[in-house]
Amino acid sequence: MFAYGGKVLRINLSTGQITVKNLDEKLVRDYLGGRGFAARILYDELKPGLDPLGPDNKIVVASGPLSGLFVPGAGKITFAAKSPATNSYGDSNMGGMLAAEIKYAGYDVLIIEGKANRPSYIYINNDRVEIREAGQYWGQGAITTEKMLKDDLGDQFQMAVIGPAGENLIKFACISHDFGRQAGRTGIGAVMGSKNLKAIALRGSKSLKIANPKLLKTLTGDIITQCQKHPALKLWLNQGTASVTVWSNEQGSFPTRNFQSGYFEGYKNISGDVMLKETIVTNKACFGCPMACGKYARTKKNNRTYYVEGPEYETAAMIGGDCAIGNITDLTYANWLCDELGIDTISGGSVVAFAMECYEKGIITDKDTDGIKLKFGDIESFEKILRKIAYREGIGAILAEGVKIASEKFGQGSDKFAMQVKGLEISGYESRKAPAMMLAYMTCDIGAHHNRAWAITHDIAVGRDKIEGKAQRVIELQHIRPVFDMIGCCRLQWVELDLSLEYYPQALAAATGLNYSLDDLLKCSERVWNLSRLFLIRESKNFGRHVDYPPARFYEEKVKNGPTRDSIAKKQDIDKLLDEYYRLRGWDENGKPTPAKLKELGLL
Amino acid sequence: MYLTADWKKCTGCRLCLSVCCLCHFDEANPKKAALAIDAKFPEPGTFHPRVCDQCGTCASVCPVEAISRNKDGVYIIDSEKCTGCGACVEACPLKVMFIHEDSIVPIKCDLCKECIPVCSTRVLSIKE
Repeated sequence: MFAYGGKVLRINLSTGQITVKNLDEKLVRDYLGGRGFAARILYDELKPGLDPLGPDNKIVVASGPLSGLFVPGAGKITFAAKSPATNSYGDSNMGGMLAAEIKYAGYDVLIIEGKANRPSYIYINNDRVEIREAGQYWGQGAITTEKMLKDDLGDQFQMAVIGPAGENLIKFACISHDFGRQAGRTGIGAVMGSKNLKAIALRGSKSLKIANPKLLKTLTGDIITQCQKHPALKLWLNQGTASVTVWSNEQGSFPTRNFQSGYFEGYKNISGDVMLKETIVTNKACFGCPMACGKYARTKKNNRTYYVEGPEYETAAMIGGDCAIGNITDLTYANWLCDELGIDTISGGSVVAFAMECYEKGIITDKDTDGIKLKFGDIESFEKILRKIAYREGIGAILAEGVKIASEKFGQGSDKFAMQVKGLEISGYESRKAPAMMLAYMTCDIGAHHNRAWAITHDIAVGRDKIEGKAQRVIELQHIRPVFDMIGCCRLQWVELDLSLEYYPQALAAATGLNYSLDDLLKCSERVWNLSRLFLIRESKNFGRHVDYPPARFYEEKVKNGPTRDSIAKKQDIDKLLDEYYRLRGWDENGKPTPAKLKELGLL
Repeated sequence: MYLTADWKKCTGCRLCLSVCCLCHFDEANPKKAALAIDAKFPEPGTFHPRVCDQCGTCASVCPVEAISRNKDGVYIIDSEKCTGCGACVEACPLKVMFIHEDSIVPIKCDLCKECIPVCSTRVLSIKE
C-alpha cells in the first residue's frame, strides 16, 4: 500500500497485549484515514453508554495518507475517544511532528484500550513496542515531562504527554506535543489520565513508498512556490493566528468577559504586533508547513523566564478577551500555565471566565472559592483558580467538569451564560451577529468548536444579519474540513493562502495511487459527519433538536459593546437555521439522519 | 560551491528533508536526507539546520577512496566502492553524513539544490 504506514497497532493497557494488524482496505476506501478512521473505529468498537473515563473507553490516534509526505501542512494527527466533556464522539486535531513520525514507525493508527494498573507510558521504536513505568514523570507538568522524556530517550523521539490536569481527569485536559502543539479539545487528555497513561513516546525510521514520486514532487513544488508568492504569507510567518486578534475585534467577534461583549478594549496590547515586538523568539512550523504559524515566545514574570508557544488567536480570545487578561506578559504567562498544567486554553479560558462572572454576580462567594477574589483581568486570581481546577481542589472540582455541569451545580440561572453546546465550551468567536458561525457552533459534532466550519468570514462577506443560504455554506464547510482531517493535512494553506482544494485529490493520487475526485472526498466527509451524528444519537438519553441549541445568552442578552453592540440572535432565526440545515442534510425535523440519507452514504 | 544555512530563519518545517529524500530515494523519510535540523526546546527555542560545507574530510579519511571531488567542488560517494565502514560518518566535523538501516552507503549532500526553493523563509543558499 503506497503512502500509508499500512498497520494498525493495538495496545491493551489492562492486559499488556500488543497486536499489529494490516490496515483494512474497506476502511481506507470509505474513510481514508485520520478522523475518518477514528470515527468508524470508535463507533464500531465502543459499547453504547460506557463511562468515558472508565477502562472501556478507547483512544484512537490516527494519521492520514498524506501525513509525513512532501505535501504542505502534512503534519496533522487526530486523537479521538468518547469525550468526557460531551459523552459522545470527541476528537482533537494536532499539528507538530507526531503525525509524520507514527507513519515512519510503520503505523497509521494506534488504538489504546484498557487501563494500566500504575502510571505508565507507551514506548514505540519502529517494531519495538513496550508499556513502561512512568512513576518518575507522573505529577510533572506537560512541558517538563516532554523535556524529561527527550532527555531520557533522545531527541529523535516524538512525545504526546499529559499534565496534572489529565492525570486528575479534568474534562478539558489536553494532550501536548512538541513544546507547544496540543490536541486541546474534548478532553482526550483526561481519557489518557483515566488509563494511567502519562505519555506516548514514538520514533520511526522507516520509509513510506510513493506511487508516483516524480509527480508528487512536481505538484507539491509548484504549490509551495504558490504559497511563497502569496501576499498573506508574510503576515502568517510573522504573527501566525495572533494576526486574527485585531481583525476579530474590528468585527466585534472577540469573546470578551464571558461573551458579554464582542470587543475587548485592551486588544491592542495582546495583538500579534505586540508579540512581534516583545515576545516572539522563533517562528515554529509543524511538519511540512510553509507558513509556520507557531510563534514560540518568551516572557519574564516574577523574575523567571517562561518559554511557550503562543498565545495563538484562540488563547488570546478565550483568556485575553474572555477573562480580560489584557497585557502580553500576563497572557503569555497564562498560556504557559495552561500548557504546563495540561489544560485546553479554549475551555480553560471559558471555565475561568464563567467562574469570574459567577463571582461578580454573587452566585459564588469567597466561601466557595476559599477566599479567591475572582475578577476579570486579574492574572493572580486566574492562576489561583486554574491551579485549583487542575488539582480538583475545593471549587476546582466542580469547575473541572466544564461550564455545563458547573452551571447545573451553581444554579441561579448561571446556565444562561454557561457558554457551551453539547457540553463543550464555545471557542473564540462571539456569534450573535454571525448566524453562520452560530450555526456552525450549534451543529458541530464534537460540541461548540470553531474550526469544523469557520463560517464567520462567510457572515461578513454576504451580510451578517442574513439568514438565507447560511445553512448551505455551513454544510459545505463541514464537509471540506474532514477532508483535511482524513488525509492528515492542515487546512490553513487553503484558508489563508488560497491553495486550491483540487490539489489534494491530485496529491493523494500521486502519493497513494488511489483515485478520488474532490467530490468523492467530500462524500467521505459527509459519511463521517453522519456517523458522528449517529454516535451522538446513540449516546443521548433524550435526543432532539434541543441538543443543537446555543446558550441562552446568545438570544436573551444583547452584546454589550463594540462594533456588534446591541445585537442579539432571534429564537425564530435559530429555528429557521436549524430547519434549513436539517433539510439540506437529509435529516428529519429532530435532527436525525433519515434512512434514505444513511443508505446513500452506505451507513445502513 | 556548497550549501549554507542561516539558522535564525529556520522554522523546523522539514520540507528540505522531505524533498531531499523524495528526490534521492523516491520515498518519504526525513531520516534519509543529506541534511538535518536540531530542535532546541523548550529553551532557547531555536532550530539549527546542519548542512554539508563540502570540507572534504570524508574523502580524506575514506580507506577505499570511494569519495571524490567533482568539478564543482562537491564530494560524491561512489556507492560501488563504498564498503560501509563508517569512517567518514565518524570523522564528519558537522555531522552531516548519515547512516540509515536501509543501506550501508552513507547519505551525503550532492548539492542537487532541490532543498533551496522549498524553504519559504530562505534559510538555505549556495556559497561559491
